[in-house]
Amino acid sequence: MQIPHLLVHDHKDNVGVVVVENLKAGTNMLCVVTHDNSSFELVAKADVPIGHKVALKDLKAGDTAIKYGEDIGKFVAGVAMGGHVHVHNLKTKRW
Amino acid sequence: MASKYPNLTFKGYRRGNGRVGVRNHVVILPVDDISNAACEAVANNIKGTLALPHAYGRLQFGEDLDLHFRTMIGTGSNPNVAAVIVIGIEPGWTKKIVDGIAETGKPVAGFSIEQNGDLKTIMDASRKAKEFVHYATELQREECAISELWVSTKCGESDTTTGLGSCPTVGNMYDKLLPEGIYGCFGETSEITGAEHIAKARAINPEVGERWYKMWKAYQDEVIEANKVDDLSESQPTKGNIEGGLTTIEEKALGNLEKIGRTSRYIDILEPAEAPKSGAGLYFMDSSSAAAECVTLMAAGGYVVHTFPTGQGNVIGNPIVPVIKITANPRTVRTMGEHVDVDVSGILRREMTIDDAGDALIDMIVRTANGRNTAAEALGHREFVMTKLYRSA
Repeated sequence: MQIPHLLVHDHKDNVGVVVVENLKAGTNMLCVVTHDNSSFELVAKADVPIGHKVALKDLKAGDTAIKYGEDIGKFVAGVAMGGHVHVHNLKTKRW
Repeated sequence: MASKYPNLTFKGYRRGNGRVGVRNHVVILPVDDISNAACEAVANNIKGTLALPHAYGRLQFGEDLDLHFRTMIGTGSNPNVAAVIVIGIEPGWTKKIVDGIAETGKPVAGFSIEQNGDLKTIMDASRKAKEFVHYATELQREECAISELWVSTKCGESDTTTGLGSCPTVGNMYDKLLPEGIYGCFGETSEITGAEHIAKARAINPEVGERWYKMWKAYQDEVIEANKVDDLSESQPTKGNIEGGLTTIEEKALGNLEKIGRTSRYIDILEPAEAPKSGAGLYFMDSSSAAAECVTLMAAGGYVVHTFPTGQGNVIGNPIVPVIKITANPRTVRTMGEHVDVDVSGILRREMTIDDAGDALIDMIVRTANGRNTAAEALGHREFVMTKLYRSA
């Protein structure tokens, strides 16, 4: 199997994790869903560091981020499919 | 499915109370902060001893004082410790700790500084410590069933790779070894926030789940809600977590909880530093998510090997318990590989399954139990940090 650029825990997720170093905008990423090893492709819209998240679809402020098939917080700014998801656009619903 | 691990054994030190240790330390234990200097002097005099300086032990009261004694007595009672010298400023609390440790049957002696001074105390304690070193160094390891091993876990400097790789590796290990009769322990109360519905449902029965939830909620209400000034971002998750790509506590919690695998269920809840009393199985210890505090508490609870998944590379160790570092982050392997005992970065490349990784961890646990020094031991990491519940009187 080719080494994936992005791993996704669950089919319900709307974000995935970059698992390679030096990922550049424009890369056509091989994305693997760890739940069943199924794969798809997605173009990265930003340089995203290893470990950071990428939106799997267009998301807007007020949407819920889903990872592990679970709620991990709310978007406070929109992000396009393939864009970088982190503290600038995603916040906890707790605390 | 038949167990792959029916005859797994390790070589450990059997103590007088029947428990088995994997290290053989002679500990010089201060009752209080002002006895640290004498303890360190004894450890300097007598080779093969280990002083455990810490910051507390004066004017504590109530539950905080109970925790202090439980941590001191639990640390001395840990089966990785062969014998203990206890030094305190006065004889009363010193004796309380000596008596608590003596219940294990291991050699323990107390010394107090008032009316002796540091120098006479150091001389007397050094003579006894030398006797204890001779005693400890003649003890032999014996073959023990894996069921006699107590293995705790807590992750640190987590990132998104811990939830993908190193935490599921620990979970896979527990799913395989808990059925073999080991004792397990996880904790980090604040760090289950966002996954509390899952944690509650992983109790052995609804009664234990309700008790777990009550304990978790008490920390939310009495500590976090009472003291927070913002959303805790940069504290929980930490600045390091955020650097590694974790954005929210919910995301961090879901990754954290991967450490209890797919089938394991916890059977009881422990106070900080409390020893399990409900038999073999997995326990949740009410504890801080700060690495050194949490590992110190689990060691005081009697756990002898610690498994520590890390993403960004937490370098923590413990003076009496070997801390096995597991990482799935290839950048951490590349930039700080000297801290890594088990490299599971192949999981991210899909070259290694979680099942393979769990087996690799079990192999490293057995080798560590048999005597292999961990990276943290070789690098001299001996973080011993007491948990303080509130200001002293």
